[in-house]
Amino acid sequence: MKLSMTPCARLMLSIPALALAADLHAATVRKVDFNHDVQPLLSDNCFACHGPDTTKIKGGLRLDLRDAALKPAKSGKVAIVPGKPAESELVRRLTTTDEDDRMPPSESHKILTAAQKELLRRWIAEGAEYKGHWAYTPPVKPAIPDGVAAIDHLVRQRVAELGLKPAPEADRRTLARRLHFDLVGLPPKPEEVAGFERDTAPDAYAKRVETLLASPHHGERMAIGWLDVVRFADTIGYHSDTPRNIWPYRDYVIRAFNDGMPFDRFTREQVAGDLMPEPTQDQKVASAFNRLLLTTEEGGAQAKDYEARYLTDRVRAVGAIWLGQTIGCAQCHDHKFDPITQKDFYAMGAIFADVKETIIGAREAGMLVPDADQARELERLRQVADPLKEKFDGPHPDLEGAFAEWQARQLSMLATDEAWTRLAPAKAASSGGATLKIRDDRSVLASGKNPDTDVYTVGFTNGISGVVALRMEVLPDDSLPVKGPGRAPNGNFVLTEVVGRVERDGTEVRKVGFISARATREQEIFVAENPYGRWTAASAIDGDAKGSSAGWAILPDVGRPQQLRLALAEPLTLGAGESFVVELQQAHGNHGHNIGRFRVSAASDAGAFDAPVVVPPAGAIADLLRIPAADRKPEQAVKLMAHFKDQAPELADLRSRLAAATQAKSDFEAKLPRCLVTERNDQPRTVRILPRGNFLIETGEKVSPALPAFLVKNPGRPATRLDLADWLVSRENPLTARVVMNRLWRQFFGVGLSKVMDDFGAQGEPPPNAPLLDWLACEFMDSGWDVRHMVRLIVSSETYRQASTAPRDLLARDPDNRVLARQGRWRIEAELVRDTALSVAGLLSPAVGGPSAKPYQPDGYWENLNFPVRDYDASKAGDQYRRGLYTWWQRSYTHPSMLAFDAPTREECAAERNRSNIPQQALVLLNDPSYVEAARTFAVRILRESRGDAATRIGWAWRQVLSRAPRAEEVAVLEALLGKHLTEFREDRGSAEAYRKVGVERPSADIDAAELAAWTDIARALLNLHETITRS
Amino acid sequence: MDLSSELRQFHRQQQTRRVFLGRASQGIGALALASLIRPSSLLAAPARATGMVDPLHFAPKAKRVIWLTMAGGPSHLETWDPKPKLAAMHGQPMPGSFTAGKQIAQLQGQKLTCYGPQHQFQRFGKSGVEICGMFPKIGSVADEICWVRSMTSEAINHDPAHMFMNTGSQIAGRPSMGAWITYGLGSEAESLPGFVVLTSLGRGGQNQPIAARQWAPGFLPSRFQGVHLRSKGDPVLYLGTPAGVTREQQGDVVKAVNALNLQHDAIVDDPEIATRIAQYELAFQMQASVPELVDLSKEPANVLELYGCKPGDGSFASNCLLARRLAERGVRFMQLYHKDWDHHGGVKQGIEFKAEEIDRACMALITDLKQRDMLKDTLIVWAGEFGRTPMSQGGDGRDHHNAGFTVWMCGGGIKPGTVYGGTDELGYAAVDNPIDVHDLHATMLRLLGIEHTRLSVKFQGLDARLTGIAGKVIKDILA
Repeated sequence: MKLSMTPCARLMLSIPALALAADLHAATVRKVDFNHDVQPLLSDNCFACHGPDTTKIKGGLRLDLRDAALKPAKSGKVAIVPGKPAESELVRRLTTTDEDDRMPPSESHKILTAAQKELLRRWIAEGAEYKGHWAYTPPVKPAIPDGVAAIDHLVRQRVAELGLKPAPEADRRTLARRLHFDLVGLPPKPEEVAGFERDTAPDAYAKRVETLLASPHHGERMAIGWLDVVRFADTIGYHSDTPRNIWPYRDYVIRAFNDGMPFDRFTREQVAGDLMPEPTQDQKVASAFNRLLLTTEEGGAQAKDYEARYLTDRVRAVGAIWLGQTIGCAQCHDHKFDPITQKDFYAMGAIFADVKETIIGAREAGMLVPDADQARELERLRQVADPLKEKFDGPHPDLEGAFAEWQARQLSMLATDEAWTRLAPAKAASSGGATLKIRDDRSVLASGKNPDTDVYTVGFTNGISGVVALRMEVLPDDSLPVKGPGRAPNGNFVLTEVVGRVERDGTEVRKVGFISARATREQEIFVAENPYGRWTAASAIDGDAKGSSAGWAILPDVGRPQQLRLALAEPLTLGAGESFVVELQQAHGNHGHNIGRFRVSAASDAGAFDAPVVVPPAGAIADLLRIPAADRKPEQAVKLMAHFKDQAPELADLRSRLAAATQAKSDFEAKLPRCLVTERNDQPRTVRILPRGNFLIETGEKVSPALPAFLVKNPGRPATRLDLADWLVSRENPLTARVVMNRLWRQFFGVGLSKVMDDFGAQGEPPPNAPLLDWLACEFMDSGWDVRHMVRLIVSSETYRQASTAPRDLLARDPDNRVLARQGRWRIEAELVRDTALSVAGLLSPAVGGPSAKPYQPDGYWENLNFPVRDYDASKAGDQYRRGLYTWWQRSYTHPSMLAFDAPTREECAAERNRSNIPQQALVLLNDPSYVEAARTFAVRILRESRGDAATRIGWAWRQVLSRAPRAEEVAVLEALLGKHLTEFREDRGSAEAYRKVGVERPSADIDAAELAAWTDIARALLNLHETITRS
Repeated sequence: MDLSSELRQFHRQQQTRRVFLGRASQGIGALALASLIRPSSLLAAPARATGMVDPLHFAPKAKRVIWLTMAGGPSHLETWDPKPKLAAMHGQPMPGSFTAGKQIAQLQGQKLTCYGPQHQFQRFGKSGVEICGMFPKIGSVADEICWVRSMTSEAINHDPAHMFMNTGSQIAGRPSMGAWITYGLGSEAESLPGFVVLTSLGRGGQNQPIAARQWAPGFLPSRFQGVHLRSKGDPVLYLGTPAGVTREQQGDVVKAVNALNLQHDAIVDDPEIATRIAQYELAFQMQASVPELVDLSKEPANVLELYGCKPGDGSFASNCLLARRLAERGVRFMQLYHKDWDHHGGVKQGIEFKAEEIDRACMALITDLKQRDMLKDTLIVWAGEFGRTPMSQGGDGRDHHNAGFTVWMCGGGIKPGTVYGGTDELGYAAVDNPIDVHDLHATMLRLLGIEHTRLSVKFQGLDARLTGIAGKVIKDILA
């Protein structure tokens, strides 16, 4: 049965007190209860104008506080006169026939039934007693008689109260399937069921429970619900929806459930793991919780806008995950129904203002997360690299002499360099569409498009007089691949030809020829196809005599400046209105071998061309060199020394050992997983109340971090995330334990004790069996927040072990199973649908944890993603068959077969999933290659592992999928299908061959294609059965 | 396929009783609940397909909506909003009085310069409405159209702005308008979804991403989600039968599954099983009906000529023709995304490309529907997620802009040949009868027969609505 979110079910929420016909009957005999009967009516129908939002109060009347409701309103009349309904204006206004006077007013579209009005009248007649809101009152553990299991006692009490009878215990096979789905999320193997059925020991059931609780798959099963509420996903969500490194957090969650981590610690580590004293790697990974929100990289997004979005996202999440409160409603105004002020909202948001993050832009790569082996290896590599680094960085008194000589040499080079004048480009253009930017230092930097071939045209109008030589420096830059100076992925370039001319008004007036060329470095590798046998400077002025692909290149000396010098055929002087144009042709044609950054200088002294071709020290170092040694400040001396050490031949060996060790370490690190974690910003962002939630208004009151004032008295100092976490799991907090137990209950019964999973406020539903929820909450806290203890208690109860089938009169009286006179039945979660098929097929990967996997996905499903455009590369065999839980979670295009079975996109906290029943589910199970391949692989198992005639084999297959033997009429249906399809596929071998090629798994060649095809259809039918995907 | 008579009977009940995709709350429990709340729901099946709004609040003027989403944010200044003053001020600084304290996207912190309209405007039709001359074919049906030149939005970046235009909220997780409308009205489509989405990409390649959440059902049941009809691969995800399996064989498998489910139901008496059986039958029908629907090759040559498309070309024009076919088959809400309107640079040429792609197609859609007498009850809305700045970006483009832009509507109940509202003399802010997204939604719902304040669902304690807590019907544009 569909248990949630149907239109009908949702409508029910407006009259929770009447949710159950039987309950209605009960309310007519017992005293009216404020929390259960009255508050939901007042909240939904009256609070919008007569409730906690003080800016919206009409007629001076508040009904959410008893004192206020008993006082005369603006009209002078009194809404509620306890014991005297006839004198109560509220009763008159509810029942009057005068349209103008009647409440709720017609424009609210709220209508109270006669029974609801009568309830309110009786409540006033009985004294109009108010009680604190149920969920804000700390739970009190009901007393349970000795020798009785509390859950069963409290459920049975209510079952009996309503005149119902509990269902009998389900049969062993059903219990086995139920336990397996609920505790590990996988169907049991036939032999496991058989063993359980045979085990007559009194503790047979308990043993099964313990076995499953100890399974590493238990943590996976438990993680699904938690990942939904914390909105765990692999991508950022907004706009480009790009990936982020986050999966180690999922492993943390799985491990926490597998290790039986207490829930209070689980909470603290996630909210504030980074603030704990000397946090462990696990605690830091846990703090990834604070990074799970949606973020953007969209150009043009405003930081203030998204700062506000991130704040509200986090507050909504904490509200929903732990408190079951719709705090998000207080973003723009005080809450309409609950006593949450707008200030509470922003004060809670301010608690997260210390989370270090880029507001607009890519997320950082995150912290390294090595496993134990990897951590050891990393440590070993550090042990190698660190001493070398220490030695290299340390003092080197033996090099003083060399250092002095080096300085003298550098200074002489600087003197030579002064013969060159840097020319200021008047323009720079790319023929291939690259963006050329002229920088203040007169260099030109290329960015944007990097075509395979390009011609840069640079024009100069000033400083050209008597020029006899040109120098082109190619310079490194951080924006270039491996710092450049080229734009090829290896930092190289090929300058195939330099052409000079003089132009007037854009027209060539004369050519400028070059007669010789020299360079700091000429590449001598990859020369096989080079006609010169080397990538020479001269080939850049050869008029492309040996083809246009030869030119000047510099590999392997990339990452630092290089020079090309050209001697002019004749001295060049520009006349008025003339400009000197240099074309840098880059026609090599391979991988964008274009220059990334360059600068042109001119010399009018012929000696400049002939001077040794070395690269003089650049800007900052040159400046340091010019300061006499005695006048240098210590840090300047250190910097110069460091520069010296980077190239001193005396240190070459140490340098190369250090470089190798550092490289080994960084290569290893590059292979390690990373995870976004929370790091604290010492300067938290300023948080102001945003009037009407509008981020453009920056005049709102500044708020400091604080816990919600309606629940807790704040200490004098601003609250930290650790304070928040401590409070979330403190005994004083009336909400967390109830909220968590309500979700846990839903996992095992299909519906929460309070049906509204995400709202424990006035608009939610007071749990019809309040003592049970309170008992569970108290027991949870008493046990030290022991989740596994609670799971064990629940699944061991007789209530849990009931049959899920029910007579029609019970179905009619209690369609949503709120009384628990039976178990629930529902279609299993999306992940489990997948796991079931893979498990039966024998394909399922048993691995626990690790990166997300990519199951087959229809081509083009991501076509509307961009920045960048993405291909979906389905995982290879092995990872292809991982559990559904590990599916790559792309928020804006969540895997379609997961979506079809109601997996949430995890853009927002999802405290409950739909359980829809739509045709897309049939299309997925029938046609998705994952399921077709699983069916075919299962068919191989049937053919290999079962013996006997068709009926016997069908029986074997049936037991694999459904843990029971088929009835004769069931066998008959499949036998008929098998017979027909066997005949057809034998006649059409081509189709049978095509069928065996779906997916990457290849059945062995000795299996007959027609037989396999026919059995694949049997397997497909079995995997499509309602019973197969139903937990009952 | 030959299903048992009970099944067929059950299926008929499904079709007449409620919306296409899924019938989740089938069964005794749900019926008991429904009868508790709305005794009428147990009465005989009504003549028309119904949703949650039954009876409708008003006599409907429109039965269905074709929403043309011009994704990326079309410039109103090169399409529907003539601004001679802006042309006169071209190259001059944008007066600070227009822009102070307003949201700005990529032009944050830059010098703001007026950028004149890049194409000429001319008058069209009897109504004499002045629109950009690049759209003469739309101009030729101008007398059918109502231009709303005073649209505004709260959002200024693509993703949140689409969310706002589609769901009335910038927070993910709210139902898209197509979901709201199929929830409210149900669908008359027998074996097609009630809410269908089509996408196309233009020549300029400004391919802003569009998330599937734009057609998500949010907190409404999954069956109200928009189904993306794709132009490549399976038109609906997983529609294709596995390689090597014939349609008849697929039918055999479905029949076996349904027969076994029925046998199982006899033992466990689970109302969800009947729904499951019906969904399998529907899925099997879709495997035939959808390919038939998307196959444009049977359309007469003159129709293909009218739209200017070739079968299977994936163009916006093809999608317009598909929208007509969907409309004929009773689909309630068709949303066509045409991308590539994000003209931060090269707006002049960009608009030329777009005009080639949409001018004739829009005219054809209006003309075709009119010829079939369907325009009168089909509401067409043409809207981007926002407009573009009167200020230049990078010398030849325009930035995102939400203070004033144009949408147009025609058909089902809209006053034809009219202009409503206007922006200031530079086309910056809506000053004459400004309206917002909620007003647009309220007006659409009104035309469909729904009072927007009464289409609500409880969500997180609130009576959540498409129009939030706002929305006014724009009465002046109703026929």
